[in-house]
Amino acid sequence: MARKIPEINSGSMADISFLLLTFFLLTSSINTDMGISRKLPPPIDPTVKPPEIKKRNIFTVLVNANDQLLVNGNLGDISTLKSETVEFLSNPANNPNLPEKSIKYIDLLGNLEVSKGVISLQNDRGTSYEMYVKVQNELTAAVNELRDQLSKDKFGKKFEDLKSDAKKEAIQKAIPVSISEAEPKNIGGKK
Amino acid sequence: MARFKKKGKKDVPAINTGSMSDIIFMFLFFFMVITNMREATLFVRVLPPQATEIQKLEKKALASSIYIGQPIKTSMYGTEPRIQLNDQFAEVSDIQEFVEKERAARNEMDRPLLSTTLKADGEVKMGILTDIKQELREVGAFKITYATRRGKKKE
Repeated sequence: MARKIPEINSGSMADISFLLLTFFLLTSSINTDMGISRKLPPPIDPTVKPPEIKKRNIFTVLVNANDQLLVNGNLGDISTLKSETVEFLSNPANNPNLPEKSIKYIDLLGNLEVSKGVISLQNDRGTSYEMYVKVQNELTAAVNELRDQLSKDKFGKKFEDLKSDAKKEAIQKAIPVSISEAEPKNIGGKK
Repeated sequence: MARFKKKGKKDVPAINTGSMSDIIFMFLFFFMVITNMREATLFVRVLPPQATEIQKLEKKALASSIYIGQPIKTSMYGTEPRIQLNDQFAEVSDIQEFVEKERAARNEMDRPLLSTTLKADGEVKMGILTDIKQELREVGAFKITYATRRGKKKE
């Protein structure tokens, strides 16, 4: 005798899937961490001498305990830091006081002048984190601006909008983030 | 054994699906609670500074967070900025162990991709952060991210 198998009511399936959908939507978008990424240098080997860098290739940014800036020996301001950095890194007029350039071959871009400039950032123990992030932000903004420029020239798109990793890598090679953080100094002698 | 004999035909009753939505609701709440619980409860006040040039953290599962800020309960812990690792206060010297533990918890392939997110309050002085950075350098955790809030772009 055939037994009748009852049908499972599937009317509420739509609700279930909607619930799951909202669940995944919520959990995937909330709580994304944003920030400025940096790479720390490995610990110093005391036996290896630091490489000498010509003075014209260094852009020093000092931040003191009162959150004041000293840019290349002159009092600086956070609002002009970005344009100064851009000028330093690009050196459009080949000014002999600004960094040298070397010609490098980069895939997809061909031979390109790459700046040898290094930004040296040094802060005091008393510098506020807010100021430090502001400075890092301005420096990153300068690098990003140059990358956008180059990317628009070569690929017709902003750096952020580049789809292929190879293109991104090429631009990153052409304009590296060369921020070196000085070894911390204990200026006040206070822990 | 007449007792066990089936009497005539018997339909299997239809399964009542009315309570299905309740079950799904329970699932929903369960997952919502669980996902929130992974985040540590903060003992320190952290309001990161604003920045415009920010990137999204690529792999959240591979990032461990260090919180630095003034304790919320200032009457108990004072106003000096403190470090929080996981669910407790810590000292600068605990950081190396913390990183080692985080590393041990991940499988071999993910280890080089591990990064550390420094979530510090804007008012914290760099001294404590410099100490942390030195510790991270020594233990070989070179990838760091300064957590920031999204700020307005000025033209």
